[in-house]
Amino acid sequence: MGNDPLKTGARVRIRALMPPGHVRAPAYLRGKSGSIERAIAPFKNPEQLAYDLPAQEHMLYRVRFRAAELWGAEAEHPDDMIEAEIYAHWIEAMEQSDAA
Amino acid sequence: MPHDHHDHLSPSGHPYRADDDTALSYWQSMEIAVRELLLEKSITTPAEIAAQIDAMDARSPANGAALVARAWCDPDFKERLLKDGSAASRELGFDVGPMLLIAVENTANIHNIIVCTLCSCYPRNLLGLPPDWYKSRAYRSRTVKEPRKVLSEFGVALPEGTHIRVHDSTADMRYVVIPARPNGTDKMSESELAKLVTRDSMIGTGLPKTVSA
Repeated sequence: MGNDPLKTGARVRIRALMPPGHVRAPAYLRGKSGSIERAIAPFKNPEQLAYDLPAQEHMLYRVRFRAAELWGAEAEHPDDMIEAEIYAHWIEAMEQSDAA
Repeated sequence: MPHDHHDHLSPSGHPYRADDDTALSYWQSMEIAVRELLLEKSITTPAEIAAQIDAMDARSPANGAALVARAWCDPDFKERLLKDGSAASRELGFDVGPMLLIAVENTANIHNIIVCTLCSCYPRNLLGLPPDWYKSRAYRSRTVKEPRKVLSEFGVALPEGTHIRVHDSTADMRYVVIPARPNGTDKMSESELAKLVTRDSMIGTGLPKTVSA
């Protein structure tokens, strides 16, 4: 991803990685797609801060997910929204053609 | 109460709770050791530690309620609060610390609810210490998956067609819900309105108190 922050409404997918450590991207959102609700600000990476390592700054975003995307048929209401804060290095921008 | 269980109940009818007789954990020992060193080296004092504990315990949802009441009375303030929650809180003298505050507004068809699935992030400077249930595994895991069921267990009945927005406080933001102003409160003062704003209404697990017509 370039240095330009993603814009509100951009379609994104959360990386489906399962690394050990102090990870702030909740497992239930990994591999799921949503849209950028807003770019907040750059913050130092807690995955490095937690171990007293030199920490890089990453843009922190709020990402919005539909309940149906997260829970499929088990969702109480498909159009309810779940919003969470996700650091840029966990986010993949989706091509328009992916964003069905 | 069942006859064969009476040995396990106190005279007041509550079950006895086992004494907390387990050994100190590594981190508990570490905390005591560091605290005693800081005292021995006169870096802090027992009075300072007690004062800090008192200050933490003294924080209450009153600050958050004042913030919401101001937002109900002053549309310009509400706009600033929604745009930059930290700066708007500081206008009222409430510093939210290094975290940033995001205020989310309940409307006629949107209901917001806050959870921290990873731990127990909570806007303590506005709401005081979090309730025990906020930190429970049940609340943290269920709220993102079945928020409507959780809300119904809190006694919150929402109109048909309400959209739910769950905010998972996963990183550096803290959240406060601005509940919808109850009907029939047009003539109330800001301080009267603040009394209607409950802690749970600012987490999203409740609604403000209503006034009888």
